[in-house]
Amino acid sequence: MTRKKLCYLLTFIAYFGMPLGIPFIKSAEPYILGLPFLLFWMVLWIFLGTGLMIIVHRINPSAKEETE
Amino acid sequence: MIISVGIIAIFLGIALLLGIMASRGKDMSLEQWTVGGRGFGSIFIFLLMAGEIYTTNAFLGVSGWMYGKGGVAFFNIAMLNYVIAYWLTPKIWAYGKKHSLLSQSDFFEKAYNSKILGTLVAIVGLAALIPYLVIQLKGLGIIVSEASYGAIDPKLTIWIGTIAMIVYVMVSGIHGSAWTAVIKDFLILGVVLFLGIYLPFHYYGGIQPMWEAIEAVKPGFLTLPDSGFSASWYISTIMLTSLGFYMWPHTFVATFSAKSGNALRKNAIMLPIYALFLLFILFAGAAAILQIPGLEGGAVDLALFKISTQTFNPVIVGFIGAAGLLTAIVPGSLILMSAATLFAKNVLKPIRPQTTDQQIAIIARYSVPVIALIALYFTFSGGGAITLLFLMGYGLVTQFVPAVVSNFMKKNPLTVQGVSAGIIVGVSIVGWQAATGAHLSKLFPSWPSYIQDINIGFLALTVNILVSLIVSAFTRKVAVKNDETTNKKTVENIS
Repeated sequence: MTRKKLCYLLTFIAYFGMPLGIPFIKSAEPYILGLPFLLFWMVLWIFLGTGLMIIVHRINPSAKEETE
Repeated sequence: MIISVGIIAIFLGIALLLGIMASRGKDMSLEQWTVGGRGFGSIFIFLLMAGEIYTTNAFLGVSGWMYGKGGVAFFNIAMLNYVIAYWLTPKIWAYGKKHSLLSQSDFFEKAYNSKILGTLVAIVGLAALIPYLVIQLKGLGIIVSEASYGAIDPKLTIWIGTIAMIVYVMVSGIHGSAWTAVIKDFLILGVVLFLGIYLPFHYYGGIQPMWEAIEAVKPGFLTLPDSGFSASWYISTIMLTSLGFYMWPHTFVATFSAKSGNALRKNAIMLPIYALFLLFILFAGAAAILQIPGLEGGAVDLALFKISTQTFNPVIVGFIGAAGLLTAIVPGSLILMSAATLFAKNVLKPIRPQTTDQQIAIIARYSVPVIALIALYFTFSGGGAITLLFLMGYGLVTQFVPAVVSNFMKKNPLTVQGVSAGIIVGVSIVGWQAATGAHLSKLFPSWPSYIQDINIGFLALTVNILVSLIVSAFTRKVAVKNDETTNKKTVENIS
């Protein structure tokens, strides 16, 4: 897999990971870190998604070209 | 009362002063006025764009939805736009720089080589910007009137706030907005953190106990309902707002003001962490559910202020009011400036092509008060909860997505006719829905609710893409023929 393709794959996960889980969340429980489960799921994906995009930025060839 | 109003007035004064001083030492050409000479680094860009998250909708709308609709309001912290922004905004920026673009409509005019499309986009942009400005003004009225414990008439504060905005936009353009964005963001983050932590602990003894108390009184309120604002509404709305975030004429223009593509990439990555502060607004709105019962309809937007005035002394209410005031006038000023540029450069200039650039710069400035007056008219005449107006505007601007994205493909699959037809159809669907309040469940009662609940803006986008592709396929043949003849001519000219 080329770097660019890996970037696209990670981007895809960062974008669709959160919405795909939503239909399966049927109740406020379990509370995690004091949050109702739906809210916890949203917050979790803020961190996961940001982490993924940081990796993307590190390996994205077009971001490198510009700094050099 | 006097103390809280005094604090708000002081912040208004500071904003005005900073806004006016921001223009010092710069010749205010149209390029300086609208895109800051394309010299803004990461921090300013971040404040201009991320600041867009903290408008009056965040302050009043998000807490109001949390209060009125429960778990559905969680969509506000989704912010998937950063994923799209990472890839799209550096491309928009580079294109804008290469062709010295100043407005969103310039982009369309250049990309599709059509002045008419540029004007169409400018008109749709204006149609979406005016309700957005109305939201800010409405919010401004609510905030200051509530923070003065009802002593000051909302109309008066809306007038004062609008005049302040007009003054510093006319003098400093985007520089004014950028400078006031700095104090706005510090103030709002402080206020939001304080409210979101203090209120749950004060009334419920903690954050989880607060949710449990709400769940005990209103079972199922903290998750999504099976129909109406269901999972399919939730998901389609998140996608719609993520696609639309950078399609607003003013956020599109904020992209142009960046120094480099990487400034925009870094900005995109930082965005969601910043949006996380909305979590605390959700907490504050949730705290009001059991403490301030009985707000309905448009009054849900008052939830945050009702609980604040019940809980705190006037000094703290004054700071909350000042934060609220800035969430109205900073984005409001950016919107106002973009609307003025669009009007002068992309609606008026095509009609009167003999107008010089210098004249356009002057007309843009003097259309600021005119646009502000139009927005004031709608503010005083219309109703509706803040978040619904907000989502309608998103429905309109999202219709630009196919044309922008396809411009960056190796071979653009869309023609100018296809793009125009798609935008017209998409915008008509959103406008028709907003005007009639039509809902799919009434039109097609037999369809399953997961289809009926899809956000109308998202459906309009789907139809838009189909129409664009079909019309493009038909007009492509003509275009290819024309290309061939022009190619022949060039060859002849060269030889």
